[in-house]
Amino acid sequence: MELSYDILSNALVTGCLLGGVYAALTLGLTVSFGLLDIVNIAHPAFVVAGAYIAYGLNASFGLDPILAGLIASPAIFVCGIAIYQLYHAGLERRGGSSIRGLAFFFSLLMLIEVGLLLTFGVDFRSVQTSYIDAVPSFGNVTLPLRLLVPFLVSIAMVGATQALLYGTTFGRAVRAVAQDQIALRLMALDPVRIKALAFGLSAILATLAGSLLIIVQPVEPSIVWLYIGIPFAICVLGGAGSVLGTFLAALIIGLSESFCTSLWGPSWSPALTFGILLLVIAFRPNGLFAR
Amino acid sequence: MKLSMPVFAAFVIGLCATLLLVLHAIDNDYLYFGGYLLFQYVALAVAWNILGGYAGYINFGSAAFMATGSYTTVVLVKLFALPLPFLILAGGATAGLLGLFTAAMTLRFKGIFFAIATLALAVVLQTIVVNWDFVGGSRGVYLVRPPAPAFLDSFAQYLFALILGVTALAVILARFIERSTFGMGLAAIRENELAAETCGVPTLRLKIAATVVSGALMGMAGAPLPYYLTYMEPNSAFALTHTVNSVAMPLIGGTSSWTGPVIGALLLGLAQQTATVTISSGLNLLVVGGLLMLFVLAAPEGLIGLLHLAKRRGAT
Repeated sequence: MELSYDILSNALVTGCLLGGVYAALTLGLTVSFGLLDIVNIAHPAFVVAGAYIAYGLNASFGLDPILAGLIASPAIFVCGIAIYQLYHAGLERRGGSSIRGLAFFFSLLMLIEVGLLLTFGVDFRSVQTSYIDAVPSFGNVTLPLRLLVPFLVSIAMVGATQALLYGTTFGRAVRAVAQDQIALRLMALDPVRIKALAFGLSAILATLAGSLLIIVQPVEPSIVWLYIGIPFAICVLGGAGSVLGTFLAALIIGLSESFCTSLWGPSWSPALTFGILLLVIAFRPNGLFAR
Repeated sequence: MKLSMPVFAAFVIGLCATLLLVLHAIDNDYLYFGGYLLFQYVALAVAWNILGGYAGYINFGSAAFMATGSYTTVVLVKLFALPLPFLILAGGATAGLLGLFTAAMTLRFKGIFFAIATLALAVVLQTIVVNWDFVGGSRGVYLVRPPAPAFLDSFAQYLFALILGVTALAVILARFIERSTFGMGLAAIRENELAAETCGVPTLRLKIAATVVSGALMGMAGAPLPYYLTYMEPNSAFALTHTVNSVAMPLIGGTSSWTGPVIGALLLGLAQQTATVTISSGLNLLVVGGLLMLFVLAAPEGLIGLLHLAKRRGAT
């Protein structure tokens, strides 16, 4: 295939937009895995569940998927807290080994996937909105709104999370939990309560990302396995726990995937992302931007 | 049980031979087909437990190791028509190499990175297989079964005997490792890796060795699968049920010794065989997931742990 200027500039734009969406897909994990040290491999299941919530509200009431995600977030927050409490009571409090924490979230991942499968079936589901099919172009570069809108929402999510973590007392407490729980206790704060709230927050971020995902592409339950790699790769690459690092790493992954798709075709892109993940784990386990 | 190693090995082999004779007397091909799946899971669970249970390093890539064995068979059958026992050994060798590669890349770091990397491994390998036309790509490939050896009734019996052999090897090897200094080193790693390292346990070398043995056994369990199904395509080679069962069966049975995965696999495997026939296979996975979560939360030592608890209560 000839490498024209058009193809490259389109790959660049699509890559940036895709990277933004990936940043949203990872944010929840940046909070739960990066800051709270909870090995939440059920994260992609939260994302896909969020996509199905958006689908359900869109199909029955014609709600915009992003609005649907926001409406559902209080309920998701409560669910997230409940899941954390179960995890804490069953494993964390008893000093359970990390192997059992992994098994807990693995079974959660499977239960959510199979639950969605039995409820909605194996068909791909998508949402209807006014902007989803619009593809305005500027010169030779096309800007599909189904990517642009999620990209903008993702930037808002990154900004809000950054502001929450670095500008509020709650955010400072969450970052303190990541560093020293005993010191937090000495400051008369309950680390368990803060972790529960923060885990609820990460669940909201994941389900909102699901609303974005179903705008970008149709969704079916078994894609949870495909979306384990991308968030973990980005989270590790960005340096666990750093919101801005997450965003930059997401752009890198988005761009490499987009160029891979334009050069070799889309069937190789899952291997590319996971390949990057393996290389990152092998050579930069503390992240690309670690000092 | 204080049986010495050769006595135990003879006991296991005798048990397998008896089982073969009993099934031969009943002479029903369905029993071979059902039994094949059951013992494939026993082998898989025991193999997974060598790394997951003894060393505490969780491997979410069982399907990748099994599929490596399966596709080694496909490639070798297409190139030279080797007999099945050689294919099983070859599948073990390639899956062992895969284990060596993964372990060397990731095991220097915390266990969580190893777990995530193994999840990634399955997706990378599946993508490669989907794009690899020689083994049929995503369309899959048909395999014609060669005639069974003359002294056996049917090919189903042949397959069953082979998987039984792999299972016996896995059990004997697992028990041997458990009681050797190798196994004690792995247990030390599981309890406290830093302390083990300080006491002079060569942690990295032991972890790599455990991954290779565990991976090779999974590859051997996967090698006859293309002949069992007579049709191999990526989705059935990398099936979710392989991964889920290999993690769930040891954790439900109990991970500290070889008996846990054997009991877990036999019980869960039998339940699944019945459930798949009577109810849907989706519900089947839901039940396994629910059981796994229940045991992780409520009975961390698995069924074996519950048995010990009951025995102690009975004694006092």
